[in-house]
Amino acid sequence: MLEIKNLHVKLEEEDKVILRGVDLKIGAGEVHAIMGPNGSGKSTLSYVLSGRDGYQVTQGSALLEGQELLEMEPEARAAAGLFLAFQYPVEIPGVGNMTFLRTAVNAQRKTRGEPELTAGEFLKVVREKAKTLQIDADMLKRPVNVGFSGGEKKRNEILQMAMLEPKMCILDETDSGLDVDAMKLVSEGVNALRGAGRSFLVITHYQRLLDHIKPDVVHIMAAGRIIKTGGPELALEVENNGYADLLAEAE
Amino acid sequence: MAVAQAKQDALAARIAGLSFDAAGWQGALRTEALARLTAMGLPAKRDEYWRYTNPATLVAPQPAVGTATTEEPALFTDLDCLKLVFVDGQFDAAQSDPLALEGVSLAVLSQAKADIHWAADLFGQLEARGQSPVQRPLATLNTAFAGEGVLIHVTGKPSKPISLIYRATSAGCDAILHHCVKMEAGSELTLLEQGTAGARVNLVTEVDIADGARFHHIRAQGRVENDSTLTHIFARIGQEAAFKSFTMTADGKLTRNEAVMELLGNDSSAHVAGAALGEGAVQQDDTVFITHAAERCESRQVFKKVLKNGAVGVFQGKILVKQGAQKTDGYQISQALLLDGDSQFLAKPELEIYADDVKCSHGSTSGAIDETALFYLRSRGVPLRAAQSLLVLAFLAEAIGEIEDEAIAEAISARLQVWLDWHEQ
Ligand SMILES: Nc1ncnc2c1ncn2[C@@H]1O[C@H](COP(=O)(O)OP(=O)(O)OP(=O)(O)O)[C@@H](O)[C@H]1O
Ligand SMILES: [Mg+2]
Repeated sequence: MLEIKNLHVKLEEEDKVILRGVDLKIGAGEVHAIMGPNGSGKSTLSYVLSGRDGYQVTQGSALLEGQELLEMEPEARAAAGLFLAFQYPVEIPGVGNMTFLRTAVNAQRKTRGEPELTAGEFLKVVREKAKTLQIDADMLKRPVNVGFSGGEKKRNEILQMAMLEPKMCILDETDSGLDVDAMKLVSEGVNALRGAGRSFLVITHYQRLLDHIKPDVVHIMAAGRIIKTGGPELALEVENNGYADLLAEAE
Repeated sequence: MAVAQAKQDALAARIAGLSFDAAGWQGALRTEALARLTAMGLPAKRDEYWRYTNPATLVAPQPAVGTATTEEPALFTDLDCLKLVFVDGQFDAAQSDPLALEGVSLAVLSQAKADIHWAADLFGQLEARGQSPVQRPLATLNTAFAGEGVLIHVTGKPSKPISLIYRATSAGCDAILHHCVKMEAGSELTLLEQGTAGARVNLVTEVDIADGARFHHIRAQGRVENDSTLTHIFARIGQEAAFKSFTMTADGKLTRNEAVMELLGNDSSAHVAGAALGEGAVQQDDTVFITHAAERCESRQVFKKVLKNGAVGVFQGKILVKQGAQKTDGYQISQALLLDGDSQFLAKPELEIYADDVKCSHGSTSGAIDETALFYLRSRGVPLRAAQSLLVLAFLAEAIGEIEDEAIAEAISARLQVWLDWHEQ
């Protein structure tokens, strides 16, 4: 599904190198987790994959189903099936959440040559999906993420994901700021989307999320590289011992 | 003295080609206005009130001759309205609906020769009141020389809005229009305006709102590039009465909209809002003066400007709270979205307060489009242009939100979208 090869990234404005040769291969239907110390480059990786400005790729490639992502506009990447649940979801005053969702869904359908959903069709689907995520009608009406609590913002990210039905989902610390019940809700939302060949890259600091969303593969990122790859047990090791041993081992 | 003389000379040159009509019930009023005008002369660039906008094209003897019109999308076409059409500054009866609407009596200024008592008490009166503390000579010139306009006497609650439609067909048309609206106690009216009345427009609207009456005004100026427009709306607002005015200005070489409102009765409100969009050699100026002269009144000024490619936006807004106007609630916001580094927003918010128990807030900002929000939208698959449009409309939302009627607000939003489509990067 997603194949990242020797990805090197620096900041556009400064001479600061953030990613130093990331290699990552996620097969269709697989769930991979990335853990790693603060500032190791996890969010940067997700931003670079989704096409945010401000970064410069100096080497490497990222293929989504064989298509080079790094040359595409952000909207084209989304239409090709990439989705990023932001670590810090963005507030957009003046744009209603519902309008935002419908615009996004129909824009992607249009790009893919599919018929746009009518207002009625859209409403039916969005209500149903919002309900399972316990997002009430009021949150759908309000401006995107404005005045939402931390947990509400994260649930709203998952709602967008559920509506857009991407092939490759990147979740950047979707568990942070969630209470125990919300974590369960969000995980169920994610698990409901598993299957159909859909792949996930779950960035997290905590094993707890991975109890709900069981990963096939766990990667450890440090200083802009994947320093270790293993099974779910690797997450447990981090939970128990922290990163010190892993970092020393990689030296 | 030299300055004063220059203003007098400008006035003499400006009015040389205008015909002065001293006949009928308007005669005495016009004569009086001409005397006031002569005492003031015309405004000049150095005047404090014209600090940000050069009045040169507004005071010039002749309007700049440009192309007559560009095709402008008609608005409110699905709305049931009483339509009054003005072509090149003259009322066009053939294209207009009959002057009949329940709850309203209507007359056209050029044809209203017989004495209309209410109009004789209003014509030029609010304009004259609006000359202090700031002089507005071009409004006085309008009172003295306006040949056309509509006189609207509202006694009830008409079932539909009155829609004024302006068209310009001849190049260099210099339109001077003067409307009067008298709202009797408890009455209601929605007044719509759209179009470009001429290559140069000087429009004055006087609105007298009696106790408990409600006046809604929505104006859409989707202008051609090379015209200049000056509008004044003067309102006197009685107890528990409401005044609400929204203006959309799209392009136009120079547009200055002045709104002068006096809250004279307790518990009344005045809301004035604007959404302006300009690209290129465009100057858009909103100048507002609200006087709170009674208790527990509320005023709102919400102005948003989207500027691109060298366009200049100006906002001058003043709230004057007179002694005794306790519990005043005044809100003022003016914001510009600069779509590039060439555009400019000049704002002068002012508060002058002589009462102690008041709540007034004002804010003014200008900034670029939010890149983070833009990326967020694009990451969800919304193409760049559509994402930009969405954010521009979101920026304008608070101003459009001042329009009470949903269908009208939607029509305005659609019109703004047209501008965005025409002016894509
Ligand atoms: N636009 C930027 N300007 C300056 N520094 C940046 C920028 N983007 C990323 N960085 C730096 O790059 C490094 C990696 O940041 P990134 O956000 O990718 O880390 P992370 O692994 O997601 O951390 P966390 O676990 O805290 O979320 C950090 O040192 C960060 O300060
Ligand atoms: Mg991060």
